[in-house]
Amino acid sequence: MASKDYKKPLPHLDEENRWFWEACARHELYLQKCASCSTIRFYPRALCPSCLSSKTEYLRASGRGTVYTFTVTYQNQAAGFRDELPYVMAYVELDEGPRILTNVVKTPPDAVTIGMPVEVVFEDIDEGLAIPKFQRARA
Amino acid sequence: MSLRGKTAVVGVYEHPTRYAPHMTQYQIMTESARGALEDAGLTIGDVDGLCTAGVGPMGVIALANHLNLRPCYLDSTNLGGSSFVAHVGHASAAIAAGLCNTVLILYGSTAASERFAVGTGGSGAFGDPPDAYEAIYGPTVVGNYAMAAMRHMHEYGTSAEQLAEIAVTTRRHASLNTAAKYHDPITIEDVLASRVVSSPLHLLDCCMISDGGGALVVTSAERARDAKKKPAFVLGAAEAVRHTGVGHEDLLEVAAAQSGPKAMAMAEVSHREVDLRMIYDSFTITVLLTLENLGFCKRGEGGAFVSAGRLGFDGPCPTNTDGGGLSSNHPGMRGIFLVIEGVKQLRGEAGARQVKKCAVVLCHGTGGVISRRHSGATLVLGSSF
Repeated sequence: MASKDYKKPLPHLDEENRWFWEACARHELYLQKCASCSTIRFYPRALCPSCLSSKTEYLRASGRGTVYTFTVTYQNQAAGFRDELPYVMAYVELDEGPRILTNVVKTPPDAVTIGMPVEVVFEDIDEGLAIPKFQRARA
Repeated sequence: MSLRGKTAVVGVYEHPTRYAPHMTQYQIMTESARGALEDAGLTIGDVDGLCTAGVGPMGVIALANHLNLRPCYLDSTNLGGSSFVAHVGHASAAIAAGLCNTVLILYGSTAASERFAVGTGGSGAFGDPPDAYEAIYGPTVVGNYAMAAMRHMHEYGTSAEQLAEIAVTTRRHASLNTAAKYHDPITIEDVLASRVVSSPLHLLDCCMISDGGGALVVTSAERARDAKKKPAFVLGAAEAVRHTGVGHEDLLEVAAAQSGPKAMAMAEVSHREVDLRMIYDSFTITVLLTLENLGFCKRGEGGAFVSAGRLGFDGPCPTNTDGGGLSSNHPGMRGIFLVIEGVKQLRGEAGARQVKKCAVVLCHGTGGVISRRHSGATLVLGSSF
């Protein structure tokens, strides 16, 4: 369990996504690839929505990508977030294709630009849970 | 089968309140029902269909209880703020199919007096599967729309000044609407000088939070001929959703790209024939993206399209003549007001903000959150068919 000081929402683990969060706890970011039609998908789902196949391959993502779009949030009354203003929310386009929502961290908000190369960094919430975020890629 | 000319909106009522700590949501809805039925020249006994959204999981049953109604057609489809625009289509389909005769569509909210921070207060955790990958990152409603604005600026060079133009014109319309919450004119400089809520969107790029509500009465075109006022015939209706799919979506393509052409084809109207656009304006960027996706201008040209006051009621592309969510009212799900203003304009009842020649109105509601998951509902109304 996350410490009681952690006030942000936690991911809801269920039978379709538990494997994903277990991989994140090991600091590994995964995507799914349909074994029937090859569509790469994010977020995790048991079936491929393109062809409804249950045959799934698990694809370890490089953790590299670029900022597709972002916003610097100056106002959010929700617990946890209001203490961290301003923060950067972004869609990162992974090198493997999918665009995923995330925070850009460890990077000054005014340095973030669309197209900026980023790399995954995991925020450990507790022993069994880590959240993938992104930071400006090191050269 | 098409819905074109089968039904009409014959009664509308916009509740005048903008702040009602002394009223309940159900009271606002009931007073709105009274107003719209009076407007239509009908009585509560004529109602045999009931639509609402935003009143709890089975709220439509409670609302029927509150009104002591026994309707034979019920719809509480909740698509967010576009719901009531969609309900007009659903009600029309039901009437055309003979399921019922006269449908009452109701909305009421006390968001402001409950101090519900619609755009910046929630955690974004609604408990649906995709939320697990979003709520953890602090996705405010304004933040998601801001990301669409940022991307639009990046791809097309759209400027903060161009977005501000939308807020300025909308405020001008509000200044001509005595019911609107804000009347004082604003300038582009005022918008840019207001604080940034989520970059690149400023406070004056965002809709307000108010209390309020409204009602619509929809009936068959045949019955509409006997209505007290000029009917607003339903010419076309369609809905759509856009979401993150499997992660490969273009965030600048919104649901209007699908529902708009479908509703306009049903209505048999071209863009040039639309006299008034009533576009959900949760944020300035919502209007710009919707106009592009509906095809009123090409993608990327929205910035120029909205500039120089072109959206003014007396300009070439009248849009949001009531003052919108930006300056008139926004109790959380504003779709119903798009239809109410559209009907008033078709009847020539819009007073100082009346569009000179107004025979065809396109209403487009957006519900949910652009850049995350949202719905779109397009409705085309006309004074004849």
